Amino acid sequence: MLVLSGVAIVILGFALRLNPLAVVVVAGVVTGLAGGSTLTGVIETFGRAFTENRYVGIVWLVLPVIGLLERGGLRERVQTLISALRAVTTARVLLAYLLLRQITSALGLNALFGQAQMIRPLIAPMAEAAEERHGPIAESVRMEIRAYAAATDNIGLFFGEDVFVAIGSILLMQGFLQQSGYAVAPLDLAVWAIPPAIFAFIIHGVRLLLLDRRLKRARTAAP
Amino acid sequence: MITLERVYILTGAMFAAFALGRALDRKSPRRWRSAAFWAIYALSFLAGSHLPDLVNGMILIALVVLAASGLAQADTAPPVAERLAAAQRNGNWLFVPALAIPVVVLLGIICAKYLHIGKATLFDPAHATLIALAFAVLIALALGCALLRVPILASLREGRRLMEAVGWAAVLPQTLASLGALFAAAGVGRVIGQLATQAIPMTSGSIAVMTYTLGMALFTVIMGNAFAAFPVMTAGIGLPLIVGRFGGDPVIMSALGMLSGYCGTLMTPMAANFNIVPAALLELPDRNGVIKVQIPVALLLLVANTVLMALCVFRH
Repeated sequence: MLVLSGVAIVILGFALRLNPLAVVVVAGVVTGLAGGSTLTGVIETFGRAFTENRYVGIVWLVLPVIGLLERGGLRERVQTLISALRAVTTARVLLAYLLLRQITSALGLNALFGQAQMIRPLIAPMAEAAEERHGPIAESVRMEIRAYAAATDNIGLFFGEDVFVAIGSILLMQGFLQQSGYAVAPLDLAVWAIPPAIFAFIIHGVRLLLLDRRLKRARTAAP
Repeated sequence: MITLERVYILTGAMFAAFALGRALDRKSPRRWRSAAFWAIYALSFLAGSHLPDLVNGMILIALVVLAASGLAQADTAPPVAERLAAAQRNGNWLFVPALAIPVVVLLGIICAKYLHIGKATLFDPAHATLIALAFAVLIALALGCALLRVPILASLREGRRLMEAVGWAAVLPQTLASLGALFAAAGVGRVIGQLATQAIPMTSGSIAVMTYTLGMALFTVIMGNAFAAFPVMTAGIGLPLIVGRFGGDPVIMSALGMLSGYCGTLMTPMAANFNIVPAALLELPDRNGVIKVQIPVALLLLVANTVLMALCVFRH
């Protein structure tokens, strides 16, 4: 039971909005000590896992290019192009991206797009520009559209990638079931990821259309 | 062969340049603190593979202490008028470097098997995607610098501006992954699994299914990672109850169970690279802004998964 104290610290820390980095390290130390490890042992486990997980930091390599293109006017160019297309709305931009993200992920290309290389430089500015065509937008509206853009990337990725047979999670499931005495084929696991992928498209798609409607109502209600 | 280690060296060099850029900015307050933060993070990329675990642990602790004491503000973005003029000048050429990134990644993934130097493949096949991403960035950078007629140094200054806007959140995903490792080593999962099975009377298949899918989501919220939750919940509830006692199908159970875990990923700040980092990257004032948008979708999908599993898992 004592090992759960780390979980409690994490929940408390996030709820109190303390610096998450500090919360995580304290929770880790407490959990490790409660689990019977020494302080040195805990620091070593932290260090090993931190170093093994450096690959998540590789995506920051795209920032110099993105920053450069933003100085070169990428965002503004996106706005000019979008404002010329009458049929484009915020929801339609994000719906198209959701579909694209789900399909490419289902083909195993889950690293093709992402928050740093697509959402920040292209998709979020497109979604914002589609609304800005009708006039200047409030800062809160801009932030809401950005949050929807980021969410669209996550939902498209999570509910697309498991349809691909060679993705990590499918291999993890297959390996674990095999260890437990159940031989299963990766393809059978992947097939069962298709219905949730369709649900995800419908549910998030409807929410996007509702977002469009809400944006339109706010626009027309404004004096 | 080009390995992941080379990409780490490249990434480390970039962070070292960010540190130097910040240290040379004499006007900025807290410049040494920020410079030290990025320099230490650079050290982790450059030398982490060769340092003892204890030193790598100290690196993490140093990063946390520096982050908690407050880092320098990011430089401000260039003024709108300047960017509008640049947009007019550069036109649609701006999309070439931006779209070069996915195109080169795609080519890299497709060609990785066929590119050889002697007997070895050019890219380490285990990490072909990440290596392709690094190549894509270098090509896009060359295109971008040529298009805008600026030196590479200018791109590093712009990169630092965006990186400092993200700030300490940049190292949060790695830190959380380390916490997951500590949780696993201390047996947190096992304890939670035992508690769940003791607390809920498993009188029917539907109750077992509900406990399993909700447990996957909840446990993922705590651990920040469905991969950590899957073995615990499947060994604790899935296999003994849904498959063992009630005769369910292990394939349907696992596939939908993992996706129920993904619903949890959409709802938790612990999955920092998906939820907290994008909020920082898009400069949202609310750290949890992305999670708030995702919660309704995640809950509806969790219900849909649970119903689908309850309907399908026992008939085969």
